[in-house]
Amino acid sequence: MDHFPTNWGRPRNDTVDAYNTYPLHQRPDWRPKDSFADGIQRTQQPIVTGTSVLAIKYKDGIMMAADNLASYGSLARFKDIQRLHVVGDYTILGAGGDMSDFQHIQHTLDSLMIEEFSVDDGHKLGPPEIYEYLSRLMYGRRSEMNPLWNSILVGGFKDGKSFLGYVDLLGTTYSASTLATGYGSMIAQPLLRKAVEGREHLITEEEAREIIKTSMKVLFYRDARSLNKYQIGTITAAGPKIYEAQSSETEWSFAEGIRGYGAQTQ
Amino acid sequence: MTSIGTGYDLSSSTYSPDGRIFQVEYANKAVENSGTTIALRVKDGVVFAVEKLVHSKLLVPESNRRIQTIDRHIGLATAGLLADGRHLANRARDEALNWRDMYRSPPTVKAVADRVGQYVQAYTLYSSVRPFGVSAILGGVDKDGPALFVVEPSGVFYGYNGAAVGKGRTLAKTELEKLKISELSTRQAVMEAARIIYLVHDDAKDKEFELELSWVGDETDGHHVQVPRDLAAEAERLAKAAVETFE
Repeated sequence: MDHFPTNWGRPRNDTVDAYNTYPLHQRPDWRPKDSFADGIQRTQQPIVTGTSVLAIKYKDGIMMAADNLASYGSLARFKDIQRLHVVGDYTILGAGGDMSDFQHIQHTLDSLMIEEFSVDDGHKLGPPEIYEYLSRLMYGRRSEMNPLWNSILVGGFKDGKSFLGYVDLLGTTYSASTLATGYGSMIAQPLLRKAVEGREHLITEEEAREIIKTSMKVLFYRDARSLNKYQIGTITAAGPKIYEAQSSETEWSFAEGIRGYGAQTQ
Repeated sequence: MTSIGTGYDLSSSTYSPDGRIFQVEYANKAVENSGTTIALRVKDGVVFAVEKLVHSKLLVPESNRRIQTIDRHIGLATAGLLADGRHLANRARDEALNWRDMYRSPPTVKAVADRVGQYVQAYTLYSSVRPFGVSAILGGVDKDGPALFVVEPSGVFYGYNGAAVGKGRTLAKTELEKLKISELSTRQAVMEAARIIYLVHDDAKDKEFELELSWVGDETDGHHVQVPRDLAAEAERLAKAAVETFE
């Protein structure tokens, strides 16, 4: 409701009453501001960034992984950043892209969960609801020409059903039994598909871990913005769980034999 | 017009000659007519109990709740006008959320009580509004442990170990004073709270009532939730038995 009595019964737009003929004090102006008139500049690029997130479906639910690096350009700036985030009792979010935007999203969703908790009506938001909310948030922001610069995986397990969805800064959404963001969508996604597609209900937790481990290792070899320290998260009937950071065993001796670029003379 | 008020009771923006604001005192009367609400601050949490008078058999059971959740860790129980209580709870939620937006941390119960108090007090200043017809008990567990406050219609708020507002507050307070509140667990406090509500209920004047119970503390992982059905039923059974032996 409009709480300003001076507005009551009057036209909403000053084009109808341009000279403010009604002699009352200044009224508040609710018209949308012209974005060009005030010289506003929106986000043009992410600043502190996270790289790929991987997620697969398996027998008991969803497994996700993301490394602990937040880069500042090509500088490996923060090496202990958790990029998986639990939302409510059934969902985990994994984010790549701008980390400050991700923190904003975390806060927004945490506030939403508190609001829902306060309602106390016996209903709890599940993965599909959180995914829908998040995708509307992302699309809304891109429509304001001020996107949240992330690509996010939403994984969940509720009422015996697993859920996996992707949403990015454009508001693009899709679902599949294996998902990967960023560099991972090019390097790890084919590996994940080969290992998982058609066998979602057969893969045990150990096997799922092995699939994720292999993909994270390949990503660490290939992706210059990645870190050999990552966390795995699972969402099963037992609820969401994010595990301690772990690292891949790597072998670099082959590097000496590489010829064709770099500092070698022959 | 009788001697009380005599023209100074129509607006809360006017003092009476002896310095009182009658509208605020009438708001307290609205609270005194309501079913009793009590709360206990014990060593590992806070327990709320409400005697919700049921004015019609046609009402859906458990409707018109008078205990509400403000934040994960904070509850609010009211006595007085139901609608005012719900409005105040919404305001308290906004304040708690605003605290989280500003400071990125859970608000303390005291901070929320302070802001709610300021809001309530603003409604004692203008002739165009009436004061809140509720006393609100705010309780929860924050970084400093369990906390309990009562916000009155005047806007003042005090901290308590045990609080009682509404019809049966006098008897409830004497019962609370008999308890060693700081030595109770929340589980024991639920039993005591239920017993006190059953004790202060006046069968002769008010026939039906529903017992509302909620708690927050170690037992609930720091969340403000309704007391589980089985425990509430047990508390209610013991309360009925205790009241019968008492009489």
